[in-house]
Amino acid sequence: MKSILAALALTTALTMPGLAMARQVTLTTELNRYGGDGAYLAFYVTNASGAYVGSLWMAGSKSKYYEHMSDWYRATGGSRSEVSGVTGASVGAGRTLEITVDLADAIFDAGYALHIDAAVEDMRESPSEIVVPLTTSGAGAAVAGRRYIARFSYSM
Amino acid sequence: MIRVVHRWPGLLAMVLLVLLALSGAALSVFPALERLAAPQAATSQSVADLATLIAAQYPGVEQIRRAPSGRITAYWFDAGTPGAAVIAPATGEAVASADPGRVERWLTTLHRSLFLDDTGRMVAAAGAAAMLVLALSGMALVARRMGGWRRWFAPLRGPLAGRWHVTVARLAVAGLILSSMTALWMTASTFDLLPDGATRPDQPAAVSGRTGFALAGMDILRATPVSDLRVLSFPYAGDATDVFTLATTGGTGLIDQGNGQVLSWASPTVWQRLSETIYMLHTGQGASVLGLVLGLMALGVPVLALTGPVMWAAARRGRPGLRGNAPAGRAATVILVGSEGGSTWGFARTLALALRAAGQSVHVAPMTGFDPRRYGAADRFILLAATYGDGDAPASAKGFLDRLASLAQAPAAPLAVLGFGDRSFPAFCAYAEAVAAAAAARGWPSLIGYDTVDRQSPQDFARWGRALGEAMGLTLELAHQPALPATETLTLSSRRDHGAEVQAPTAILRFALPQVSLWQRLTGRGFARFQAGDLLGILPEGASLPRFYSLASGEKDGFVEVVVRKHPGGLCSGQLMALEPGQGVRAFIRRNPGFHAGRDPAPLILIGAGTGVGPLAGFVRANSRRRPVQLYFGMRHPDSDFLYRDEFSQWQAAGQLDRLVTAVSRGARPHYVQDALRAEAAQVAEAIARGARVMVCGGRDMARGVSEALAEILAPRGLTPAMLKAEGRYVEDVY
Repeated sequence: MKSILAALALTTALTMPGLAMARQVTLTTELNRYGGDGAYLAFYVTNASGAYVGSLWMAGSKSKYYEHMSDWYRATGGSRSEVSGVTGASVGAGRTLEITVDLADAIFDAGYALHIDAAVEDMRESPSEIVVPLTTSGAGAAVAGRRYIARFSYSM
Repeated sequence: MIRVVHRWPGLLAMVLLVLLALSGAALSVFPALERLAAPQAATSQSVADLATLIAAQYPGVEQIRRAPSGRITAYWFDAGTPGAAVIAPATGEAVASADPGRVERWLTTLHRSLFLDDTGRMVAAAGAAAMLVLALSGMALVARRMGGWRRWFAPLRGPLAGRWHVTVARLAVAGLILSSMTALWMTASTFDLLPDGATRPDQPAAVSGRTGFALAGMDILRATPVSDLRVLSFPYAGDATDVFTLATTGGTGLIDQGNGQVLSWASPTVWQRLSETIYMLHTGQGASVLGLVLGLMALGVPVLALTGPVMWAAARRGRPGLRGNAPAGRAATVILVGSEGGSTWGFARTLALALRAAGQSVHVAPMTGFDPRRYGAADRFILLAATYGDGDAPASAKGFLDRLASLAQAPAAPLAVLGFGDRSFPAFCAYAEAVAAAAAARGWPSLIGYDTVDRQSPQDFARWGRALGEAMGLTLELAHQPALPATETLTLSSRRDHGAEVQAPTAILRFALPQVSLWQRLTGRGFARFQAGDLLGILPEGASLPRFYSLASGEKDGFVEVVVRKHPGGLCSGQLMALEPGQGVRAFIRRNPGFHAGRDPAPLILIGAGTGVGPLAGFVRANSRRRPVQLYFGMRHPDSDFLYRDEFSQWQAAGQLDRLVTAVSRGARPHYVQDALRAEAAQVAEAIARGARVMVCGGRDMARGVSEALAEILAPRGLTPAMLKAEGRYVEDVY
């Protein structure tokens, strides 16, 4: 499978006050060949009680389509500022997106979960297609999505 | 100016526009296909009913959508696996796959972004902007060419490429404007340049917290017909805080899953509605018939892209370069040219050369550049002006009259105006005449009186030149050789001789049709698309000026035929009459649109004598539609110069000719064609009353006699030949 790799280093709002220690985490998302246009993907984190904490990455540049990532949209009210500086291109079917983010150590093994909402033009929305708990032991384990995401894993 | 605005976007964006138009036309088919294939909901069916049916089939249903085509799609989750299908609204059962077709998706991506994402979207939008500029400037050009907006669909003349270009353009332009404007709007919307974002209903402060209220019991779903539905999203299974989201044509609302109450509602903004309408108009989704019409119109773009450059290339070749032109500020004689096709420039060059040879300094320029302050040394102005369409300014004279009207004072140096035109058109030299009148009205002194040149006649031009020379105090012999169209060699294939016994040797000469190239066909050059009534220019050996003969055949007949009578001492007729089959002459076609039979079904009254019967016989030969035709034919003696005798009886038998009336001038009782008309006065008057068109071909004396006879015949009905002429129902080809 031909894939492109987008390696990006970025800092997000998830560096919590007083939690100075952070580590680099690489998120690898491989899409399956769902037979549609490029997918919009929203990467964000919720806490132990399921509340939205912050966004890591938005693949897809046109904010008018953000409403189709409906869980993310519901949590953020579609606010562009939530993803300001952490947006990139949408991801084509069959392609792989690789991003690197700095995450606070305290995020891990503390009930936080990483969500990915996916949406494709003229196809069904797929909110929270991926929901994985962020744990040190879960790093490197691949998780399959419901519809658009063939495989997702994070590694430290 | 408009022409420039039309030309460059057209040439630069040609390939892009063809690509966008073809992909757009192909895409226009899909909404109609979807409309036909989609099972439609009954008008009385409510969203509550539909949702209940689907939920029974697919308990894990998450979303129900209705496309503008009426197609219902359901998305569900079944044991952790997502599913989707097109649903029959009557049963709630799946009938087809829900994924969009590969071809449609490929075409859509090509059409809107050329597979280049945002860069491609901008390129495509630039293409739409170019299309809009082309459509608007093209409309102005068509209106100018046709002689006004009211003559938008008037018949066209000229080379094939030009006729196709205008014919297709005036049919398609409305669709092209709509498609390009909506495309620009949609691009602006995609790039978030418009405040047309979706409005969201407010999040409810609290929900009932209960689940499981029956779909069939929800008032809002019961009150919404399926035809108004856009999307119904179900709450997450097991999440009591979640809600139903209903989007309809009237807005979006949140519904409590525990009691069916509407928690909040948001209506679309005006911008949003406008964008939705524009999306529908552009894609045909929800307006599939309009979509098909727009797609058809888009198919005109490749035709326009092919014919436009051909027209441009043909016009470019028409304008000769100007060598030895004196600067505007130092020339004693300023020649201003108003030309459309380029032939008037040729006359200007001949005049400039002759004046320079006589020691004058001459500046030649288009009339559009007229500005008296630039011509400080001018002793005289000479305007050579053609006419465009129905009396309009030709291309290189646009704006001249306005500029003249805006001058504080007309120039003091005197002016001569010479008009170029074709007397077979009703608006003969109308523009030059208007210029001369306007100049006189402004008090511009006259050098010599206004004059005209008919059909590029070198004799008319030379005569005018002598008058000009006299006024300037020099001898001016203008030997203009109109740039001859490229001649081809015609080979005589057969000849039929008549009239020797009556001292009028006449022959029907039939030549083989030369090969016509595609380029000639497109640009209307060579022997492409001529018809009976057009002129065959023959360049006799040892002469530089052609002689013209009316054609008795059209290209469809597969041969070139003329009728020639030997004139004592005539160079050209002498050579033609000596021609034997297999021998050739140099010849070319000149259009004579004023003397075509036309395609309308009105009756024809054809009147001719001697060789003048040639084109009339051609009209009858081409009359396969059996339009009513009466032919009045004057000859000397039926045994000697009854041209086309056998053909006429065949054509009568075939119904192509209703009546043939002959008049014989030699014999005990000389009888001319005008006498035959008088004898048939009732028939003639009756046909004219029914809208018949009179076409006369022959000598000048005969034409005068015919006109007098017709005047007598028409008088009781309150009509005159002049009135018929004004309506284009009485035309002459006289020599």
